[in-house]
Amino acid sequence: MENSRYRWSTIILEIVAVLIALVFLVPFYFLVSNSLKKYADILLDSAALPNPWTFDNFTRAWEIMKFPASFMNSFLITVTSIIGLAIICSMCAYRMVRHPSKYNNILFMVFVAAMVIPFQSIMIPLMKVAATFGLTNSIWGLWVCYMGFGSSLTIFLYHGFVKSIPVEIEESATVDGCSPYGVFWRIVFPLLKPMTATIIILNSLWIWNDFLLPNLMLGEANRTIPLSTYSFFGQYTKQWDLALAGLVMGVLPILVFFLTLQRHIIEGITAGSVKG
Amino acid sequence: MKSSGWSKSWIQQIVFTGPVTLAFAIIVALPFFMGMYYSFFEWNGVSDNAEFIGLSNFINIFSDQTFLSSFAFTARFTVAAVILSNLVGFLLALLLVQPLKSRNVLRTIFFMPNVIGGLLLGFIWQFIFVKGFAAVGEKTGWALFNLPWLGDETTAFWGIVIVTIWSTAGYLMVIYISALINVPRELIEAASIDGATPWQRLRHITVPLIMPAVTISLFLALSWSFKSFDIILSLTKGGPYNSTQSVALNIYNEAFQNNNYGLGTAKALVFFIVVALISSAQVWLTKRKEVQV
Repeated sequence: MENSRYRWSTIILEIVAVLIALVFLVPFYFLVSNSLKKYADILLDSAALPNPWTFDNFTRAWEIMKFPASFMNSFLITVTSIIGLAIICSMCAYRMVRHPSKYNNILFMVFVAAMVIPFQSIMIPLMKVAATFGLTNSIWGLWVCYMGFGSSLTIFLYHGFVKSIPVEIEESATVDGCSPYGVFWRIVFPLLKPMTATIIILNSLWIWNDFLLPNLMLGEANRTIPLSTYSFFGQYTKQWDLALAGLVMGVLPILVFFLTLQRHIIEGITAGSVKG
Repeated sequence: MKSSGWSKSWIQQIVFTGPVTLAFAIIVALPFFMGMYYSFFEWNGVSDNAEFIGLSNFINIFSDQTFLSSFAFTARFTVAAVILSNLVGFLLALLLVQPLKSRNVLRTIFFMPNVIGGLLLGFIWQFIFVKGFAAVGEKTGWALFNLPWLGDETTAFWGIVIVTIWSTAGYLMVIYISALINVPRELIEAASIDGATPWQRLRHITVPLIMPAVTISLFLALSWSFKSFDIILSLTKGGPYNSTQSVALNIYNEAFQNNNYGLGTAKALVFFIVVALISSAQVWLTKRKEVQV
């Protein structure tokens, strides 16, 4: 009796949960089904299933957006930035934890304090700095910017993690004649792996989706996916057939990334935010 | 001998901390202080000769009606988005800690919108509000779907709130889930034996125990909403009639559309101070609450 009541309430909850999930999925339905329709069919009834199907929208959007080029730009900037951030920030955090000099403590406090600075509050002078240092209009210049903007959170997360690693292993390695650089690369960096995974996930979602900074930094020649979607959408407003096909192509890479690594991503995000 | 040890240590210091410190100094610190400096100048961003005008920019800000209303919008939006996205995230988490068969799939679905960037998210929803809602309204006849979505101030405001909830609730949900599964079962069971209703158990046992997660989630939602830019740009462009222009969008327009870089940096400085004050207040409250738990 008690057992069957329990089961009934669970089934009801299950149905409620699935219904909410369907509501969450409705936008994806509208996006995908309409991207496969002819323009007239979208205007006629945007809620109906595509009939007949057409992939024309995709081939045209693919060419107009120069999709392969934007994909490569997004990919290049994301991968090089997450690697760069993981390396320089783990090194810095390690040094700060193991050598807590007055200078290093102040430096750490500056990095942490800078987390409250919103990007929009420094973007205007940043453009002047970027122009002065010749960083504008290049993927490399954008990369330098990500090294700066990603540093605070990445160092903060590594700093907390390095503190939990016992110093004894490093000491014995030093006694065995290992240089400080060897100690870091051969012993400490491998131990940081769980945190490195979290950091790579957080930074890749941020950098892949970032719009404002690349919009200010990059010219037409090396657009990332958000930039090419933005200009494509601006050009073809109300041409929903093309625009929606462009949007599907824009969200597909990150969704595939998420669905293949979803367990790690959700765990990484939880770890990152609970510690941050 | 001693001096060589000293210089070795300095080389190590530079190798380990140098690269990221340099990047930070050029990209974050230098623009931050330049912004303070330029907020006292009239400057168009291009020419090198900026003219010192003292506090004029700051005085102009407070008579700039669009800036003031963008602040009012951002405040209203932040309150609505923070409360609602946390509420939805928390309720979803409560649902998903039940022994449901579809739990893992549901968690993935609820989180999924969050990995899509704000810009694309806004464009997707622009279509849904304009075309999708109209089609649903025609079929069901429900008045809610036949409103002029994004066309007037109220629907544009709530449109942005809805999209924000859709994209952030799943993120907050996973934080709440990780807190909820750590609440000891014995406490809940003991309370129900003592005759506590489900609401009382939630209110007096579960919520106090997950307070750290509540403060983290509030903090995250607060900082996302305050800096909202991408979603608004792609959903409404700040319209209709600037009614959904966030502070971030206002600063962007002032600098990069009107070319008033000096005025823009002054606005940016005011924005920074407000965000810093609110964030510090939040962190202070967080710490205080955590001690109690």
